[in-house]
Amino acid sequence: MQLMNQMRLEFLSIPANVAFARVAVAAFASQLDFTLADLEEIKVAVSEAVGNAIIHGYGHVPDRLVRVYAALTQDTLELRIEDEGRGIEDIEKALEPAFSTDAERLGLGFVFMQSFMENFRLESKRGRGTTVIMSKSTGNNMVRAGEAT
Amino acid sequence: MLLDIEMKKDTLFVRPNGELDLGVADQLRRTLDETIEKGQAKNLVINLAKVSFVDSSGLGVLLGRYNRVSKNGGQVLIVSPQPQVRKVLDLSGLLRIMNEYPNENEALGKIG
Ligand SMILES: Nc1ncnc2c1ncn2[C@@H]1O[C@H](COP(=O)(O)OP(=O)(O)O)[C@@H](O)[C@H]1O
Ligand SMILES: [Mg+2]
Repeated sequence: MQLMNQMRLEFLSIPANVAFARVAVAAFASQLDFTLADLEEIKVAVSEAVGNAIIHGYGHVPDRLVRVYAALTQDTLELRIEDEGRGIEDIEKALEPAFSTDAERLGLGFVFMQSFMENFRLESKRGRGTTVIMSKSTGNNMVRAGEAT
Repeated sequence: MLLDIEMKKDTLFVRPNGELDLGVADQLRRTLDETIEKGQAKNLVINLAKVSFVDSSGLGVLLGRYNRVSKNGGQVLIVSPQPQVRKVLDLSGLLRIMNEYPNENEALGKIG
């Protein structure tokens, strides 16, 4: 698949940047023919991944960096969200629905990422950090404006 | 996020405006807990008509208040979530434990 565009964001690990990241990624993704519903799902997935980096990866320490890479091909948004935080001890466990290491939380972040995105992958090393990779393709059930039917 | 709050008898009406995510979760949690306490609210009606985004951090605040209110025998009712918000509520299972109503009057009618 030919790369059509790419971008990189790097920002401090503060909660206000969760909204910044999801809006920026959605604006970037809207260069493709995503539906509004698709863009909303992308926003949720980005919020969850960036939120996890801040909460779990960096334990709410505000002066670390979260990185988001996004690339567009003809019909696909590819995303990569990284932190260099504490990493995940047991990846299989972390992916279980309703599992959380924080009693106050729901353990649904990965459930949302996996439901709303495709080709979800999680890479993590204890003490090194965590990377979430996921993508989403535009549906082909809509005729593009201006295209002959 | 802006928060409109109104106490009617023993029911607290909460009308957030904006996005419920990690950036606002602490503030939302604190305000709701203080208001429930101060007003001795038994039931909680959460009007989501003006909420354009919710993630699991926002949901966590709602579920936490649900646990608190239902432990005291009260009800938590959700009013008119937007489609994208409803999808997240549904996927989380929240809609199976909190009933959903199209407007505040109908919600109030259920509390009786
Ligand atoms: N970036 C991360 N760094 C370290 N641990 C993480 C990270 N993301 C997720 N985790 C771990 O995986 C668990 C499940 O994540 P998630 O499904 O988002 O649920 P929640 O955020 O509600 O705990 C977290 O409780 C945490 O232990
Ligand atoms: Mg999470």
